[in-house]
Amino acid sequence: MAAKIDVSIEHRNLPEEARDEKPHPNTCPKCDSHYRDDELEANLRVCPHCGFHFPVRARERVNQVADEDTFEEEATDLRSEDPLEFFDVLPYPERLVEAELRTGLGDAMIIGGAAIEERPCELAVMDFAFLGGSMGSVVGEKFSRAAESAIERHVPLISITASGGARMQEGILSLMQLPKTVCAVEDLRDARCGFVSVMAHPTTAGVLASFASLGDVCVAEPGALLAFTGPRVVQGTTREKLPDDFGLAESNFRYGHVDAIVPRPELRGFLAKLLRLFSYAG
Amino acid sequence: MPGEAELRLRERLSRLRSLPLLRGARLSGELERLQRQLERIEEGATDEEIWKFVELARHDDRPYTLDYVERLFEDFVELHGDRARAEDPALVTGLGSFDGRTLAVVGHQKGRDAGERAKRNFGMAYPEGYRKAMRTMEIAERHGFPLVTFVDTPGAYPGVAAEQHGQGGAIARSQALMARLSVPTISCIIGEGGSGGAIAIALADRVLMQQNAMYSVISPEGCAMILWRDGAEKMKAAAALKPDALHCHELGVIDAIVPEPEGGAHTDHDEAAALLAEVIKNALEELVGVPGADLRRRRRDRFRSLGIYGARPTSETHAAPAR
Repeated sequence: MAAKIDVSIEHRNLPEEARDEKPHPNTCPKCDSHYRDDELEANLRVCPHCGFHFPVRARERVNQVADEDTFEEEATDLRSEDPLEFFDVLPYPERLVEAELRTGLGDAMIIGGAAIEERPCELAVMDFAFLGGSMGSVVGEKFSRAAESAIERHVPLISITASGGARMQEGILSLMQLPKTVCAVEDLRDARCGFVSVMAHPTTAGVLASFASLGDVCVAEPGALLAFTGPRVVQGTTREKLPDDFGLAESNFRYGHVDAIVPRPELRGFLAKLLRLFSYAG
Repeated sequence: MPGEAELRLRERLSRLRSLPLLRGARLSGELERLQRQLERIEEGATDEEIWKFVELARHDDRPYTLDYVERLFEDFVELHGDRARAEDPALVTGLGSFDGRTLAVVGHQKGRDAGERAKRNFGMAYPEGYRKAMRTMEIAERHGFPLVTFVDTPGAYPGVAAEQHGQGGAIARSQALMARLSVPTISCIIGEGGSGGAIAIALADRVLMQQNAMYSVISPEGCAMILWRDGAEKMKAAAALKPDALHCHELGVIDAIVPEPEGGAHTDHDEAAALLAEVIKNALEELVGVPGADLRRRRRDRFRSLGIYGARPTSETHAAPAR
């Protein structure tokens, strides 16, 4: 993604002192309202005042959309290796350990079987808090296993993405996760399993350029950035004047790249409706 | 000097490595000996030495797609336009005769002089280019023509219109179509294999890479900007990304390294084309006649197997599966 990942995403990986001053995560960046964590959680992390959609962690997202206690996580033991012995300002294994300790996740995606309004499905949910939701070998493998699991049980697959793109620290192997996940989607299609792609903020670069764009149905969360190249890089590379809604879900809807923009409180019902529709297919 | 010795060794090694394709036999003893020698030397490889591969891959005189097309194909007919909104000269497609067989051709095209570079957008395609590629792939499928793609792009174009016209989706769909094709497909990285813009046309049965080409998830400059916050650290970034053919081969990303003339492909376009033609010819011989369903299954299995990961259970993630 040659100079094409939204730089703001990757700054999370920088050491503390190199980061820009960031507002409190529970302060709404749109209207400045501040909330307690339990308030936000109870409101599905949507600002009650202005409707801004805060980021949702993967496990919390599963709890938001799936029927209670139906999620059975798969492939929990997969962990990234360091095939390139990648070292920038920190060694990659150190970044991985730090991310796992901070997020409690093995990598940037969790997968597993679940039910939504009693309809079975397979879920593949990304977590932006784990190295910017970047896709390396583990995310590619987990998505492929989720597809295989969906095919085996003949249920639809639902992916919920939040990712800055391919993970630089695994080099060319990260790029190979694009074709790998695309092949998994093609297998799903051959097996006539439905695939719904839900794109949360941000779904960019390598994830947008692979499985996330290939849903039978593609939906976006309001205000989510869905771009192959983020606004900063487009601005910096081309010096073009960017439209105010550049790359946002609303712009993507207008240009015909997503089927619907679904506010978070309606997402569970929307997915249930699709699961019902897909379950009556031949 | 070690730099020169390494280059010579790499060349010999890549020639040996391409033997399985060229002659169907592997000289494993010699290969291993060279590999060990190389590993010893590699330990001392500096950032500058790895950077040399990047410079060769981007050399101004390096042969581009149409230079190979001219030398490899007879009766070449270029096909233009995506039948929806535009013709994108950054990506060329067409039909041509190679070794007595009609092939469909898709490749990025850089420009040689300032005017052509601007016209070709430095080989950075818009979604329209990838849609034109898909149109040509569909012709290949319909008529049973094997598909050859030439990859040489800094990346897909990062512009406002490109986003509005669906750059991400176009790259995804081009890969998806390649995963569905039932004709033999061969991709060759002939210069810069730049990220999503490259893989869009490189999901093939056989992925070849020229000796001095590069294939990377992000440009060294882009990586340096993000991780070091300083584009000047591009050499360090290149060394960390390991975008050269040998590393790509070791990681299983490419199937064979295509030798180049002494000094690089830019020194002798005819020789470079002849070396490439031989490898393509042998790959075609292996693939033509294999039933389409088998090609498709093996192609998907090939990409399914890419990636290196481990298994390391932690009690916490097991204990709280849903919280």
